[in-house]
Amino acid sequence: MEPITWSGSLGPFLNPVMLAAVVLFFAAFVINLVMSFAGMRQAEPIVNPDHTISYRMGPVDFTLAAMKYSVFAVLACIVIFILGGILQPGMEAKGIIGGVSARFLPVWIGLVATFVLSIRYKRRLGLYGKLFDNLIGMIGFGLVMFWIFTAIFAPMIATHGAIDVVSAMRNDVPGSPVPGAAADGLFSHYLLGGDALGRDVFSRMVFGAREVLTIAPVATLFAFMVGITLGLPAGYMGGRFDTLITFVANLVLAFPVILLFYLLVTPEIVEAGVPVYMAAVLFLLPVIFIWVLLYSRYRNQPGVIKWVAIPITLALLLLYLGTVFEFDPFVWLTTSFIGYLNQGNPVSDWMLTTRENYEPLVGIPIDGNLLIVFVAVVFVNSPTVFRIVRGLVLDIRTRDYVAAAQTRGEGPWYIMLWEILPNARGPLIVDFCLRIGYTTILLGTLGFFGLGVDPESPNWGSTINEGRRLLTIYPHPPLPPALALMSLVLGLNLLADGLREESLKD
Amino acid sequence: MGLFILRRLGVMLLTALCLTFVVFFLTNLAPNLEKLAKTQGNARMSDAEVTQWLDNRGYGRPLVVRYGEWLGLVPGWTREAPNGTLTGRCFGPADDPAEAPTFCGVLQGDFGYSTVSANRVSDVIGGRLALTGWLMLYAFAVMVPSALAIGILAGMREGSRLDRTLSTFSIASTATPEYVSGVIFIILLASSTAGLSPWLAEMGWIEGRTLFLGSARSAMENITFWNFALPVATIALYGMGYIARMTRASMAEVMTAQYIRTARLKGVSFRNIVLKHALRNALIAPFTVIMLQIPWLLTGVVIVETLFNYNGFGWTLVQAASNNDIELLLSCSIVAVLVVLLTQLISDIGYVYLNPRIRIS
Repeated sequence: MEPITWSGSLGPFLNPVMLAAVVLFFAAFVINLVMSFAGMRQAEPIVNPDHTISYRMGPVDFTLAAMKYSVFAVLACIVIFILGGILQPGMEAKGIIGGVSARFLPVWIGLVATFVLSIRYKRRLGLYGKLFDNLIGMIGFGLVMFWIFTAIFAPMIATHGAIDVVSAMRNDVPGSPVPGAAADGLFSHYLLGGDALGRDVFSRMVFGAREVLTIAPVATLFAFMVGITLGLPAGYMGGRFDTLITFVANLVLAFPVILLFYLLVTPEIVEAGVPVYMAAVLFLLPVIFIWVLLYSRYRNQPGVIKWVAIPITLALLLLYLGTVFEFDPFVWLTTSFIGYLNQGNPVSDWMLTTRENYEPLVGIPIDGNLLIVFVAVVFVNSPTVFRIVRGLVLDIRTRDYVAAAQTRGEGPWYIMLWEILPNARGPLIVDFCLRIGYTTILLGTLGFFGLGVDPESPNWGSTINEGRRLLTIYPHPPLPPALALMSLVLGLNLLADGLREESLKD
Repeated sequence: MGLFILRRLGVMLLTALCLTFVVFFLTNLAPNLEKLAKTQGNARMSDAEVTQWLDNRGYGRPLVVRYGEWLGLVPGWTREAPNGTLTGRCFGPADDPAEAPTFCGVLQGDFGYSTVSANRVSDVIGGRLALTGWLMLYAFAVMVPSALAIGILAGMREGSRLDRTLSTFSIASTATPEYVSGVIFIILLASSTAGLSPWLAEMGWIEGRTLFLGSARSAMENITFWNFALPVATIALYGMGYIARMTRASMAEVMTAQYIRTARLKGVSFRNIVLKHALRNALIAPFTVIMLQIPWLLTGVVIVETLFNYNGFGWTLVQAASNNDIELLLSCSIVAVLVVLLTQLISDIGYVYLNPRIRIS
């Protein structure tokens, strides 16, 4: 069977239109650029004798209009392709583009719903709503949401499993039919081709989104918690503590990232237990952060402290112990107690072995390799966050409302967490978006060098790495994850840019 | 100024000591040494044999002492075997122990031998650094002028269409890491089956089968545009966006300054305002950014050298790390750390020097 074409049944009509629009766009763009360098400007409005204003388009305006309409034409073609892919029956008619967009149906529905609701209620949604006044921000948000929905609906979108191998499909071009698919109950085509092992490139890209979008934001969040917990007191109190922490932060920053990764993310390091020590420190800081946050606010309300702050902190502490040390104090205490009561008989030994083999109930099981990747990324990011927070605090602590809080007799932690931090949120949110993008790039770098990731994992970085060996002969396996990574990071950067612009407008 | 430089040098020295110690610690962890013993000696050694093997080669002593030896502050170890032969850190089996120096460490210029290839580390690194130097030089020669041009053009009229176009381009370039742009470049320009090359070859516009070469291996002997354009472009593209954005911000800030307004009101042409009044002040901030970009480029260099098979410093680092070549990895780390610290120092001093407001006060 022949592979299906890229554009399916709509191709013969839409491809020429799209090509013409693209050519027109670039021609108009070049002409416009030449004209603007030659000093030509857009035409000025003309005030007529009867006090009406009219506007006669000059050559620059014509190029701009041509650019605008060609963009509209391309967008219209894309929408028709997507709709055609969803509505037409049969893979031959859909084509690869149509087939892929049909698979992304849940994502389209999610995106349309998000945008319609957000734009409808944008005046009530604060900074998030203002994002929808900004074209760049909206494009960025759209790209980010596209990948978030892809990650959420990955099992519905993917056509095959991430590690399912059809050995006849090795390095097959995009759109190749799977032999015997109907009999085995598989999807009929490899939409974006097969990789060197015969796995489906499209499905791996989709599942890769899930991997990337779970690790990157969480790692960034932890980096922020660590950076904030250390940056607030360093900036607010200054002194020796500040000097020390700043020196350590500069130490980490002076390490070339790639060297740090090569030193930290190795099996030997995992064997030596270094990630657990680092995780023990890095993960404890967020717990302290939450406790101080709650305690400083509700210090005078013992009820809240007793029923909210302490339980939350204890739960987090349990989670921390379970995740980092695989230690569950309840089980430890119970087994020790029962063991103590039964000294000298077999129950005691049985209790001890149970304790050894017990998996903690609360605690996220992370294997050593993933933990070290996570810790390395948090470790690389947190000094930068620390510096940003410290700089912001140095600026904000001279404000009047801080002086007012000091006069009121508030404690230093209350001022830091409830006066300074909320007022530093704008730049921090913007940086958070940028940093998720940077973390995604870092994770991709780790995958690209095959550090710390499972070779089977559909992670975008490692997929690019696998594909690059036969790059010049079979270009299709590494291209989808590369473009996916690029569009996600681009979306995050554009989103950050839009947020910055809108938050500066206040 | 003198005191400032002295203090910076002091902090730099302390930082270098801390960082090299961390690297030393991480490369000399027990599992690394065990792996070393098993690859060099016998893969089926028992634990006791491994300890014995390590003791014989001076790895058994405390970490701090070995770090001191490696630095050259503690006398190198010597050891007498039961049969009377002397072995030591500072002399090989062929040398005369009496003539060997007491100290042999980095401070004495002795970087040791690569544990994998048995070559002198300094010989290996020297040649590789020269190759990477060329790559960095060309990348900088492409990146800095184009980034500055983009930044200045975008920043001189903030909010104009040109600004928006160029800013979007620079955002896109910061969102494209080297391993993505490199792959796209190779597919687009250097693949014989995809991208532009087959089409151009069919039209008879290019002589070879591809427009550019997808591997920079031949560039190690002879750099040509054909084999070196893609690696250089890949490195330059990622760093460019960041410098351009910083330049744009700095330029936009300068353009709103009072003296620019005065010049405009005086009737100075826009061209002269940009070239004579704004440019020099707007370039102070990007200078720091450009210097600090060098350590960033290091990551890019490692990726690009791996992707394009160019056996420079970055490639050596990857090889040393994956082969558990402890001495080589240590020396690579020193070079990397030194590059970072020196660029920080230069950027600090340069910033003070370039900015008359700080220099004179």
